[in-house]
Amino acid sequence: MTVRKLREWCIERVIFMSGITSIVIVVLIFLFLLKEGLAVLGHVGIFQFLFGGNWYPISDPPQFGAFPLIIGSVLVTLGAAAISVPIGVASALYIAEIAPKRTKEILKAGIELLAAIPSVVIGFIGMVTLGPAIKSVFGLSTGLTALTGSITLAFMAMPTIVSIAEDAITAVPRQYREAAAAMGATTWQTTWRIVAYAARPGMLAAVMLGIGRVIGETMAVMMVTGNAAQIPHSILQPVRTLTATIAAEMGETVQGGDHYAALFAIGIVLFVITFAINGVAELYLHRTTKR
Amino acid sequence: MTMNVRTQQRIAVGFLFFCTVLVVLPVLVVLSIITYKGFPALSFDFIFGMPESGMNAGGIFPALLGTIYLVTGAILFAVPLGVMSAVYLVEYSRDNAVSRLVKLAIVNLAGVPSVVYGLFGLGIFVVFLGFGVSILSGSLTLGIMILPVIITASREALESVPQSFRTVSLSLGASRWQTIRHAVLPHALPGILTGTILGLGRAAGETAPILFTVAAFYLPTLPESVFDQTMALPYHLYVISTQVPGVREDFRFGTALVLLLLVLILNLTAIVLRYRFRKKKRW
Repeated sequence: MTVRKLREWCIERVIFMSGITSIVIVVLIFLFLLKEGLAVLGHVGIFQFLFGGNWYPISDPPQFGAFPLIIGSVLVTLGAAAISVPIGVASALYIAEIAPKRTKEILKAGIELLAAIPSVVIGFIGMVTLGPAIKSVFGLSTGLTALTGSITLAFMAMPTIVSIAEDAITAVPRQYREAAAAMGATTWQTTWRIVAYAARPGMLAAVMLGIGRVIGETMAVMMVTGNAAQIPHSILQPVRTLTATIAAEMGETVQGGDHYAALFAIGIVLFVITFAINGVAELYLHRTTKR
Repeated sequence: MTMNVRTQQRIAVGFLFFCTVLVVLPVLVVLSIITYKGFPALSFDFIFGMPESGMNAGGIFPALLGTIYLVTGAILFAVPLGVMSAVYLVEYSRDNAVSRLVKLAIVNLAGVPSVVYGLFGLGIFVVFLGFGVSILSGSLTLGIMILPVIITASREALESVPQSFRTVSLSLGASRWQTIRHAVLPHALPGILTGTILGLGRAAGETAPILFTVAAFYLPTLPESVFDQTMALPYHLYVISTQVPGVREDFRFGTALVLLLLVLILNLTAIVLRYRFRKKKRW
């Protein structure tokens, strides 16, 4: 009996340790980003780092102003959100409320497959099809612009937005729909005025998680936005996002040098942004389930 | 309310349908373009050959093999850890501060940008633990990245096992672990397997986490140990489409096609498996 108890105790310890791995990893990620990145913030100053307008990491002396990169990320993200939020919410409403059961299954599988396409493949396709199209439509010298990035990323945000919004819509109690139908409302009236209204917190969470996905996206955005680390004056100019900067420049840095540290500092910025977005989205997600 | 409600209904539903088409259509477009332009490149030599003359001849074998190594390593690391973590959440933990914190951590891990995982892998595995730029570092980085996928799928699988299974086993005198091991885990296995396959697909397609931890631009030989660098399929596609000018178009599309097929087959398997499992469930 004591052997058995000892065994149980050991197993329980091991499982507990595995259980809290996730916490340990989140903490470790943050600590390692700080460890490698904090030094440069000391040299440059956090204000100068976030709002400095010049990102010239390899000139002499180097300048580490990440503002153009932040603007690049914000611009591309806003563009992507403007496209993907209305379309994504509309299609979530269609899939949850209107599509017949069989169509629904097929559409959901299709969206899951869209989510599965590797970002480097989407970037490649965006580069060879969307880029040239935008170049000729707007008569530009290059088709790799913030707009190209926004459209590409809009499609990558779609699976997140649609599937989470769809869950929120499905979670709306059936009585709401029955009551609306009993009062003579059409399917559309019920869907738009009753169901969509009730599912608002969940849909907000869906939008936020979609935006979180867009901000963190790296490969596709690096391949289609033209990679120019300058403050853009229009959405038809090339930009460089935070993520693309890390991916594109890490290979050229000297380990432990200022440039290397500056890229980790960008990582800190990204980590904090996504952490905040996910935390807030999680709050709203819970609000729907409680209703 | 000037517009007839029926007309309004028809227009609105039509609009929603149009939006749904816009979401799903790119899947078909991407698939058909890549298949149409990439299929001619596919051949035995392309898949099982080494790259030659500046990647303009030969094949993609080292990249394909590298991806298989990396994904295997990631799964070996993430599945045991992820399943045990799910067992903790579902079977052992009460609803207290620790378990809520674990759940919050999982949500946040799932949202961390892939390139930040790359930075983390570089900081901890390559530099701090001294594994260097190697298959080991890359696998561990990918493993950590897919951990949330595995944990979430395993949790759902464990939660779907009816409570009565546990009650009966415990009442027969089995210990807690015996109950989990023999009465719960076997029934959760299909769900865990589905999550594992989805994790495989995710790991196979990711580029950013392996950029600084393992991926090599070009290697003349195949890797021989876990401390070697390797080429990888998604990185290879990135390299030949942006870094090396003038690579044959069919080679670029062919590489994209192989990667896409690999990932989509894994995902379809998971979807079918989940569907059949749900249908077959007896309780």
